[in-house]
Amino acid sequence: MALEKPEKDWWKPLTKDERIWIAVALVWMLISFFYMPYAHIAGSQNPPDETYRVSPEQFSSLVDAMVEKYQVGEEQGVPVVHPDPSEPVYLKSSMWEWYPILELEKGKTYRIHLSSVDIQHGFSLLPLNLNLMVLPGYDYVMEITPMESGEYHIVCNEYCGLGHHLMVGKLYVR
Amino acid sequence: MAEFRTCPETGLKIERNAENLIKWNVGIAVALLAVGGLFGLLMALTRWPSVHLLPADFYYRFLTLHGIDALLAWVLFFEMGLIYFTSVVILNSRAVCPRISWLAFGLMLVGGVLINIVVLLGKADVMFTSYVPLRADPLYYIGVILFAVGALIVFILFFANIINARREGAYDGTLPLGTFGLLAASIIGVVTLLHGAVIMIPTLLWSMGILPSLDASVYRLIFWGLGHPSQQINVCAMVAVWYMTAYLVMGAKPVNEKVSRTAFVLYILFINVASEHHLLVDPALSTWHKIVNTSYVMHLAVFASMIHAFCVPASFESTLREKGYTAGAFEWLKKVPWGNPAFSAVALSIVIFGFLGGITGVVFGTEQFNMIRHNTFAIPGHFHGTVVGGTTLAFMGFTYLMLPTIFRRKLILEGWAKAQPYVFGIGVSILSIGMMAAGSFGVPRRHWDITFAGASFPYAFDPSIDVFMTMVGLGGVLAAAGGVMYIVVALGSIFKGEKVA
Repeated sequence: MALEKPEKDWWKPLTKDERIWIAVALVWMLISFFYMPYAHIAGSQNPPDETYRVSPEQFSSLVDAMVEKYQVGEEQGVPVVHPDPSEPVYLKSSMWEWYPILELEKGKTYRIHLSSVDIQHGFSLLPLNLNLMVLPGYDYVMEITPMESGEYHIVCNEYCGLGHHLMVGKLYVR
Repeated sequence: MAEFRTCPETGLKIERNAENLIKWNVGIAVALLAVGGLFGLLMALTRWPSVHLLPADFYYRFLTLHGIDALLAWVLFFEMGLIYFTSVVILNSRAVCPRISWLAFGLMLVGGVLINIVVLLGKADVMFTSYVPLRADPLYYIGVILFAVGALIVFILFFANIINARREGAYDGTLPLGTFGLLAASIIGVVTLLHGAVIMIPTLLWSMGILPSLDASVYRLIFWGLGHPSQQINVCAMVAVWYMTAYLVMGAKPVNEKVSRTAFVLYILFINVASEHHLLVDPALSTWHKIVNTSYVMHLAVFASMIHAFCVPASFESTLREKGYTAGAFEWLKKVPWGNPAFSAVALSIVIFGFLGGITGVVFGTEQFNMIRHNTFAIPGHFHGTVVGGTTLAFMGFTYLMLPTIFRRKLILEGWAKAQPYVFGIGVSILSIGMMAAGSFGVPRRHWDITFAGASFPYAFDPSIDVFMTMVGLGGVLAAAGGVMYIVVALGSIFKGEKVA
C-alpha cells in the first residue's frame, strides 16, 4: 500500500517468481558489467585513452608547423596536408572550422591530435559515425588506421554558437 | 494552527498549507510545461526537413529554453508538489515552516522566470548544459542558482516534514512506500544540488570576470554530477508515482515491500558516479576511471529499475487475481482499467521508460557504443523515452488523481483525458524512435541544418534519414497534441471544473 504504512512485518522472504526475476536481472546486469571491460581489453575499437594538457597557443603553433611542412594543396582557403605517418598529426577545431584538411594513406597508422583553441566542439567523422569530444586545453590522441580510401567529412556535433551547423571539415584517405 | 479537512474519497487528512503548496507548485508546473512544450513543438517542426520552421538563432535560443522549461522547471515544480503530497498529506500531517516553503517556491519561480527572460533577450544561447567556455550573461547563472536553491530548500523540508510528522504522532512505524520513494529522491536531490553549487557558483564568478578561467573538463565532470543524478530524482519520483497510482486506482499494494524498498536504496547508492557515462569519449579522464564508474555502478542502478519493472505490473496482476480474474495467464491484463487516464499513463510510462529509454540508455552508456552514438540525435531519442515518455507521462497521469483530491475539482472533458495518455505516449514513441534511427546514421543533436547549406564542405547524409527526421516531426506534432489535451484538461479543470465537496 503505497499510501499507507506497510504491515508490521514487511521484511518478508521473496516468493519464487520474485527470486527468479531478480536472479535473471542480476545475471543480466553482471554480464553487462563484465562485458564492457572485457570488450575494452579484447576489442580493437575503443575510445582513445591518451590525453595531454595543451594551451591553445602551443597547439596552434604545432598545427601551423605541420601545415607549413606538409601542405600539398588548398580547398576553399583551407590547406590540404599530406602528413608523414611517423610524425604526429594535428587537427584543430575552432569556431567554426576544422583545420586543416588531412590527406591520409590507406593502411598506414596515424596518431591524430585533437584540440580546440576556443570552446568545446564535437568531432564526428562521417559516414563512419565516430564521435569524440574536443575540449580546449586538452590534447586527445586518436590512433587510427584508415582501411578504406575515399572522402570523409568531419561534422561538429557539440553546440558551439550560431555558426555550429556550418562547421564541417574534410578528410581524405588515398 | 494547522487547519485540516478530510478528503471524502481517500480519507486523508489534508492540511490547508500543504494543499495550497501542492496546488501552486503543480499549477505552475503545468503552465511551464505548456511553455516548454511549445518550444519542443517548434524544435520538432524545425528538424522536420520539409518544414524547417525557425531561423538558426531562434532555433538555438528556443532549444535552450525547451531544456530549461520542459526538463528542469516542469519536472521539478511537479516534484515539489509530490514532496508535499508524500511528506505531509499521506502522513496525515502538517507542513512545517510554511513561510520557508513559500520562500522556496518564490525562489524557484523568480529563478525560472529570470532564466527565460535572459535567454529570450538573446544573452544566453548556451543550451541547457552551458558548457564552459561558452559564456552566458551572469544573470543566467544567477537564475539557475536561485532555482536550485529553492529546490534544495524543498528537498530539505521533506526531511523536516517527515521528522515532524513522527514527532507529532501523525504516523508511527514504517514510512509508506510512496513517501519512501520521495525520500530516496530527496536524498539524491540534496547530493545533486550540492554538485550544482560546486560548479555553478564558480561559473557565475567566471562569467562576471572575477575568476580568470574555468577548466572545460572539470566543468563537464561536476556538471554531470548535477545533470545525471537529477534525472535519478525524476526516476525515483516517477517510480513512486507508479506505486501510488496503482494503489489509488485499483487498490494494488506492492507484492513485497522489502524488494521495492531495496531497489530504491540501490538508486541512492549507485547513480551518482555512474553519471560518468556522459564523459566516455572525453579527453582528460583515463579509460579505467570511466569504465569503473560507468560499468560497475551504472548497472546496479539499472538493476533497481528492472526490479521495479517487475514489481509494479506484478502488483496489478496479484490485485486482479485476488479479485477473481484468474482465467489463463492474461485475463488480468484485459481487466486493468485501460480507460482510466491515470492508469493508462502509468502503464505506458512503464513500457516507454523501460523499452525506449532504459534499454537504449544502457546501450549508449557502454564505452564502445558511446563512440558511435555520442552527441548524435540518438541521445535525445534516449532521454525523450525516459523523461518525456516515462516521467512526464506518469506525472500527467498523477495530475488526474490530484485534481479531485487536492484541487477538489472534477475533470472537465473526460473523453479527452481518456485519450490523452495514448496520444501523447504514441507521439513521444514515434519521436524517440525517429531520433534514435537518425542518430545511428550520425545525424547530430542540437543542430539547425543537417543539409549544411552555406558550409564550405557540406556533407550529404544517407537519404533514408529523411524518413526518420519526418518521424521526428510527426511524432513531435502528435506528442504536442497530447500535451495540449493534457494542459486543457488540467488547467480547465483547475479553473472551470465542477467543485468536489
